[in-house]
Amino acid sequence: MMEQFGLLRFIPLIPLAGAALNILFGARLRPQFAGFLACGAVALSFLVSLAVFWLLPASGVFRDVLFIWIDSEPFKAQLSFQADALTAVMLLVITGIGLLIHVYSLGYMGDDEGMTRYFAYLNLFVFFMSLLVLADNLLLLFVGWEGVGLCSYLLIGFWYEDHTNTIAGNKAFIVNRIGDFGFLLGVLLLFWEMGRQGVWTLNFSELERAAHLLRPESVTLITLLFFAGATGKSAQIPLYVWLPDAMQGPTPVSALIHAATMVTAGVYMTARLHFLFSLAPATLAVIATIGALTAFFAATIAVAQNDIKRVLAYSTVSQLGYMFLAAGVGAFSAAIFHLFTHAFFKACLFLGSGSVIHALGGEQDMRKMGGLRRYLPTTYWTYLVAALVISGAPLTAGFFSKDQILWQAYASPNGSTQLWLLAWLTAGLTAFYMFRQLFMVFHGACRVAEPAKARLHESPAAMTVPLVLLALGSIFAGWLGTPDFMWGSVWDPWLQSVLGVQEAVDDAAPGGELFLMALTLGIAALGFLLAFLLYGRESRVAERIAATTIYRWLAHKYYVDEIYDCVFVRPFTACARWLAQIFDPGFIDGFVNGVASTIRAGSLSWRRIQSGDVQHYLFAFLAGTLLIFAYLLGR
Amino acid sequence: METNLAPLLPSAEVVLTALSVLLLDLFIRKDEKGLLVWISLIGLALAGGMALFLWGSHEGAFQDSILLDDFALFFTELFLGAAAITILSSVHYVRETNIHEGEFYALVLLSTFGMILMAAANDLILFFLGLETMSIGVYILTGMWRERSQASEAAMKYFLIGAFATGFLLYGIALIYGAAGSTHLGRIASALGQTKSHGSIILSAGVFLLFVGLAFKVAAVPFHFWVPDVYDGAPTPVSAFMAVAVKAAAFAGWARIFLYQLSPLQSEWTLPLKALAILTMTVGNLLAISQSSVKRMLAYSSIAHAGYLLIALVAGGESGGQALLFYLLSYAAMTFGAFGVLIALKEGENDHEAYSDFAGLGFKRPFLGMAMSLFMLSLAGFPPLAGFTGKFYLFRSAVVAGHIDLAIIGALNSLLSVVYYLRVIVMMYMEEGGAEGKPFARAPYLYLAIAIAVLGTVYLGVLPAPALDLSRISFISLH
Repeated sequence: MMEQFGLLRFIPLIPLAGAALNILFGARLRPQFAGFLACGAVALSFLVSLAVFWLLPASGVFRDVLFIWIDSEPFKAQLSFQADALTAVMLLVITGIGLLIHVYSLGYMGDDEGMTRYFAYLNLFVFFMSLLVLADNLLLLFVGWEGVGLCSYLLIGFWYEDHTNTIAGNKAFIVNRIGDFGFLLGVLLLFWEMGRQGVWTLNFSELERAAHLLRPESVTLITLLFFAGATGKSAQIPLYVWLPDAMQGPTPVSALIHAATMVTAGVYMTARLHFLFSLAPATLAVIATIGALTAFFAATIAVAQNDIKRVLAYSTVSQLGYMFLAAGVGAFSAAIFHLFTHAFFKACLFLGSGSVIHALGGEQDMRKMGGLRRYLPTTYWTYLVAALVISGAPLTAGFFSKDQILWQAYASPNGSTQLWLLAWLTAGLTAFYMFRQLFMVFHGACRVAEPAKARLHESPAAMTVPLVLLALGSIFAGWLGTPDFMWGSVWDPWLQSVLGVQEAVDDAAPGGELFLMALTLGIAALGFLLAFLLYGRESRVAERIAATTIYRWLAHKYYVDEIYDCVFVRPFTACARWLAQIFDPGFIDGFVNGVASTIRAGSLSWRRIQSGDVQHYLFAFLAGTLLIFAYLLGR
Repeated sequence: METNLAPLLPSAEVVLTALSVLLLDLFIRKDEKGLLVWISLIGLALAGGMALFLWGSHEGAFQDSILLDDFALFFTELFLGAAAITILSSVHYVRETNIHEGEFYALVLLSTFGMILMAAANDLILFFLGLETMSIGVYILTGMWRERSQASEAAMKYFLIGAFATGFLLYGIALIYGAAGSTHLGRIASALGQTKSHGSIILSAGVFLLFVGLAFKVAAVPFHFWVPDVYDGAPTPVSAFMAVAVKAAAFAGWARIFLYQLSPLQSEWTLPLKALAILTMTVGNLLAISQSSVKRMLAYSSIAHAGYLLIALVAGGESGGQALLFYLLSYAAMTFGAFGVLIALKEGENDHEAYSDFAGLGFKRPFLGMAMSLFMLSLAGFPPLAGFTGKFYLFRSAVVAGHIDLAIIGALNSLLSVVYYLRVIVMMYMEEGGAEGKPFARAPYLYLAIAIAVLGTVYLGVLPAPALDLSRISFISLH
């Protein structure tokens, strides 16, 4: 059931127009105006998204065809958008949370010189991200996919005067490119394999209809390549290393791009192509394993970080791992549900940390904070709520969405006890590192140095209002998808139109889900307790732990960056240097210049036949004619 | 028999405009000549409107010697547009060089009339009439700047060689008449159907003479020697007009005669045409590299582009025809643009046509620099500009028709062309000194023309689908 809905195109186009206006005329406008323009653009987009969400029939799809993009028989691609239930959810997250973060930025970036540039990039990001989720074919999705990568790069290195920011931007971009390369190969391979079956298309619904034509081994390869792309964009093992460094960007950017939206693109893509992934059980097993491992390892690293934003960055990696775990056991709907709730509480946490950093004039080391709840009451309360939610406190969003994933990891046909165990341990670690952070930042004695302490202040309303809204969302967003023994889920039936009916979980033990839920609550409570004992009171234990070897390993993130540096980066740069300094000037340039000078010499000598004499020209004319006639006669 | 005059409407309107411009020119003062520009433009717009109105019709007049179909209308619109852009970009040029404005515009219009006849002619005699109307107008336009000896020399050379080529063409028509008993294309085609005349050497000789005559008009190697001298000597707007419109008219005739009516003979000329295409591309590109004048470089580049267009004629069929028409559109936009920037650099007696005159232009005149970069990139075939899309479909038509070698040689040639196109960009952005270029206020018409060319170059590259459809429909209407 396809319905034309002409408003769809405005969701990406309005932010694009906002970005264009800011880029072209921003220099002549007041910086404050640039911010309002950007906010207005996203607000309009949000309204249209709401309309889409509201009007979308239960099993329907909205379409909006702009024009034929590529017409090269037998392949034809339209530039057209489609919105189904999955897209509608993503749109709400992108434009809704995007709007809150735009507003927050008004306060956070209020006195930055590059405000116009900042808001132009931010709008551009919303454009590409909505393009990504609205695309009705893989090609257009890839445009959005690359576009958000570009915006992420631009915004990580936003304060480009500082060299470390530029390097972080480069790292993010290059690591992402590695994944993108896999993704692109996957698209091409899919295109080729489909073409061999006579179906020349990259359109999702056409692909879905023709998916059964593919050979099983090629589906596995294609989906693995797609997943390689997802590991880059969504920061999974082995390509997660860029995300913590991406925290060099402005904090609202971390909240929007590197927590709530862009990094979920990989999860979205997996769900969008669920019909392919479902055909490749081997790939699903890989995804589930990588997801669970990432969730666990990132959580262990988060335990030992002292930078307020890095803790959150590793937490994001860990939560994304949860989403892939869900996708890997075939519970795509649970993955998207967690994506949805995570967007709220993680954005809230990031913005809260931004409020802290803002109040401290740029300080990010948690060891130099403490006792801030007296100075930043609103920030503290919202932070506390979000920390409770991410730890899975009962009846909050994080509780429901995480519980679904854990239950599926255990009970779904593709799940296993090992996967569940990793996820379960992660739940405990999550509570531990979140409350470690909360205690270090907001409780205990104030360790802020004197001049900064005098200036401590709560953030302006432009920043606190989004915080409160996000905190409320964090609590209530989860009520859309409660377990069956409560009032059930409105979420799953809604997404079923897109993701299909999931294989029924083996319900041998009706109390099973309840029992697992209790176990999860138990370990989360344990994590909380441990955090309180170690960091909530004045105790010496924390320092002693910090001196242990294992802590050092964690603090250095298992030395993965160093290993990558030795194994990949250094040999690669050495090779590149050899190519650039020896091979290229000597061999390639020699060859190219040789060809060029030969051609130039030929050109110069041929030039002489252009004598300027009409007699010569006519002679050539006649000779040409005679040659043609010679051909005619000699045929 | 009732005479149906509807097919003549657009061309009649053009002639009428030309005559009114000529007449009015006698009565108005020197400083009021701007009026003539407006009259010409309005006349062209009216003719364009009529052609649009007639779109989709398929009717003949004068015993079917003229045929109004979508193909003819497509080219009519192309010629009208080309004439309008030529007039827009010559307004200031003409004043600075003391060329007589009234005659200049009238001649442009009259040549346009000839072109429209060529595209619509269904009879070789009428085709010849159109060709001569067009050519004589252009001969004179070439020499209009009388104070400059180069221009007179160019006009003389063009006329001499043109007359020579006309001889071939006319003789070819005579031989075909002798073999087929008619000059009407439809009847020639049906005569081909009878096996007797099919293998006749006289018919083949006639066809090949026609072939040579047209090869001269499109400036295929080795019938190209006049091009650099003539384009270089002619007033720049006229060079652009020749490079785009005259060439397009010749290709229109070629498509109608060879790709449609005489297509049963295709196997006979495929090989020489292929050789011609390869030679034209390669020689044009090779010689463009060693030029020191941008105008002369553009002349050679137009030869090279004729070579690319010949690929479509070799490929033939629906995909070849579509590619030909689409490429002519793209080529028109970028070529007019490039020549337009060249005109913008002209100051009084100084032409500023050397590469060194472009030095630093990108910073002194950002719009001109950006526009010229776009045109150069498009001519070199960079995506997502018109030149890329056009070449893509050209080469694709060659592959579809089984001439993979042509596609490869074409691609190598566009690689070669990057050398001299990029040199302009390098000069504009990486060197200093050079000419200033007219500011906008001094040449609004010219800037309008350049802006239209920019839009066309980008539009055809980014959203080629509508124009491609149009090209296909127009070509199919031949059948």
